[in-house]
Amino acid sequence: MKKPIIEFTDFTFKYRSQAKPTLNQINLTIYEGEKILIVGASGSGKSTIGHCINGLVPFSYRGDISGSLKINGKDTRNEGIFALSKMVGTVLQDPDGQFIGLSVGEDIAFTLENDCVSQPDMRARVDEVAKMVDMDNYLSHSLHQLSGGQKQRVSLGGVMVDDVDILLFDEPLANLDPATGKHAIELIDQIHQEWNKTIVIIEHRLEDVLHRHVDRIIVVRDGLIVGDSIPNELLASSILEDCSIREPLYIRALKFAGCKISPDTNPEHINKMKLDLYKDKLLHWYESTNERVQAPISAPVLQLENIDFGYQPNRPILHNISFSIEKGEMVSIVGKNGAGKSTLTKVICGFEQPTSGRILLEGRDLTNDTIKERSLTIGMVMQNPNHMISKHMIYDEVALGLVVRGLPDEEIKQRVEEALRICGLLPYRNWPISALSFGQKKRVTIASILVLKPQVLILDEPTAGQDFRHYTEIMEFLVKLNNLGMTIIMITHDMHLMLEYTPRAIVIADGKKIADALSADILTDYTIIEQANLKETSLFELAIRAGVKNPRDFVHRFISYEKGVGRKWE
Amino acid sequence: MGVEMLSYIDKKSPIHSLTGATKLLCFIMWSFAAMLTYDTRILLLLFMLSVTIFVVSKIKLRDVSFVLLFILIFLLINNIAIYLFSPQEGVKIYGSEHILFSFTERYNITLEQLFYQMNVTLKYFTVIPAALLFIVTTHPSEFAASLNKIGVSYRIAFSVSLALRYIPDIQRDYRNIALAQQARGLDMSKKEKLPTRIKNASSIILPLILSSLDRIEVISNVMELRGFGKNKKRTWYSERPFNRKDYIALFFVGVLLILSLFVTFQNGDRFYNPFS
Repeated sequence: MKKPIIEFTDFTFKYRSQAKPTLNQINLTIYEGEKILIVGASGSGKSTIGHCINGLVPFSYRGDISGSLKINGKDTRNEGIFALSKMVGTVLQDPDGQFIGLSVGEDIAFTLENDCVSQPDMRARVDEVAKMVDMDNYLSHSLHQLSGGQKQRVSLGGVMVDDVDILLFDEPLANLDPATGKHAIELIDQIHQEWNKTIVIIEHRLEDVLHRHVDRIIVVRDGLIVGDSIPNELLASSILEDCSIREPLYIRALKFAGCKISPDTNPEHINKMKLDLYKDKLLHWYESTNERVQAPISAPVLQLENIDFGYQPNRPILHNISFSIEKGEMVSIVGKNGAGKSTLTKVICGFEQPTSGRILLEGRDLTNDTIKERSLTIGMVMQNPNHMISKHMIYDEVALGLVVRGLPDEEIKQRVEEALRICGLLPYRNWPISALSFGQKKRVTIASILVLKPQVLILDEPTAGQDFRHYTEIMEFLVKLNNLGMTIIMITHDMHLMLEYTPRAIVIADGKKIADALSADILTDYTIIEQANLKETSLFELAIRAGVKNPRDFVHRFISYEKGVGRKWE
Repeated sequence: MGVEMLSYIDKKSPIHSLTGATKLLCFIMWSFAAMLTYDTRILLLLFMLSVTIFVVSKIKLRDVSFVLLFILIFLLINNIAIYLFSPQEGVKIYGSEHILFSFTERYNITLEQLFYQMNVTLKYFTVIPAALLFIVTTHPSEFAASLNKIGVSYRIAFSVSLALRYIPDIQRDYRNIALAQQARGLDMSKKEKLPTRIKNASSIILPLILSSLDRIEVISNVMELRGFGKNKKRTWYSERPFNRKDYIALFFVGVLLILSLFVTFQNGDRFYNPFS
């Protein structure tokens, strides 16, 4: 039997600021060399488990503990955060936020500096670690110049420098484009195999983590551990659905087809799964579902014609981008980190002036309109709601845009209440914003744009950092808006979102538009996937392996079927 | 937008190649020399030297033009205030009165007052290039190490350098927030009247504080998890050893300081008096 390295025994923890315990009587043992995935919805307590392991609980976030947590056989309460940091290395979710040094070498060296290692020894060790994470050619590079994947490597190097036994990853996939996320999972796997570390990953994007094998999956709900099993067993059970964690899409499709998933068929990996048992049912389901219905073409509402943009003349960020958005459409803009997606929205909103090209709204040229004038017709919701909220009360925040326009109080009241009602926030209108959850804040920011009655709504990463329940909530809300006739454009890294909610997607790579097609077609086209750092959908793989004649059509049918199911829920 | 005030400007110059600690010590001695004396001859010498050093550093005036302008406006206000509150200061100091013309008995223009205020201005001009140079030619990585080297606690040294490093990030946040607010119709451009603009600009403050607090929580957790504050001391990855250039620079500025003190205090008066 392997040696236990992390042992929670009847462990309960209550944050000082909260009335109820966040973790309740937890029993969990992790053995040396294991690779564990912890999943759970926001607020389930999964991040708190991570904080307990690395010592932020109870040393940074104070609270009451009962029961015990032992790491390497030592009770964490008697150890202190510094002693724990010698055993547990933590990689947080946002690589940008966690860099302390300015250059790669300096950041990796941070722990060594704090340990008073002499400069020659430090440099030798940094070189060694940089080789381990394959960043040895970048030591003097500034962290800002690195790609998302390289940043992940550096933050990993920064904790590996200490030769810790346990590596803890807190939502490593947030903020990464799909292909980079895939590489991150591969990198973690490689470290696990080569250096025999114990790995704990906290993440709610289950399908993406399962890209590589994990030994066990722990499911957390409401401070309790409700699942602790190998991936195959978990996927065969109904625990995921109950805890509102998104199942892998291929499992979902199989369940739609009425298959009962058996753990023996290796459902963990779509490319190794035994499908013989399910093939007939799946093909039958494929035949019986409807063809997709093509939406009728209406009038274009937003048109971009040959847009060029760059901060410096010889370094274009956007190059010759043209597309047209129809009225009432819901469209995704996707592409790798830094491809120019955000810049594109800035150009549309008038934050930046294109160097050439025209933007038309219902046929009218917007080129000479100011930001304020454009804001009457184009609403922009930023990724981080904290970047937008500037009032204490919900009502005031939503009313702000109308108040500055000097509308009469009566009209303001009526419009604000309507927007709040659409967003499901009307009962809270006199609440302070600080009392809201992240997802609710997001809806406040959407409401504050909706009151301005724009014709087009642009959202930057509307679901980033949201668990499946909040994700569904926000997306269903947007669908509702869309059904009311609002045209919606979303920038996203989430391939599920793109596939399920936006029939059409525009793909940007290196400042150029490389595709403008149906989402399902894009996510089954390997050339585009590779060029734009996207990720193929597992549905396609499932369809091919099950011998569906037209796998692409299978994806289309899955989406329309799922939408039908979604409507039944309402 | 490339406006990054007071950040490191990478050039190859003798000034850049000095270690951060040397530059800091030189800057402190230089400021002492300039602050203690009102001797016009010394100030003129220091002023010419600081202009020379500025040229040697290859930093272009336009790189620092924004900050410079800001300081100059402040200097102007300072000069006006001195005159308003103490128009007879020069007469008191130099013990004579050469009236050029007068508005009232108290508020007249004397050669002495002009000379005194010129000295004050000269002090600014002596210290400003040195201060700017220290900031823009010291690599931020080395900044904390050099503060620590001259005896400042490493916690404070690190906080200061972290704060400086976040200036560009906060500027970026500020810009994003400002744009988001403008997109809701809060006009901050010149089309709007000034009071409204100020009111609208204030709507940026709360989001900016909130997002900065988020940033602080993350970074302080990370630092703690990676052992910051464990020991009384720490070492620095990017610290550079002193070499000959550093000793020469320190010696040179040290001599200047002594010379300035000697000239200033030899006749028991901090002021050089051309009127007697």
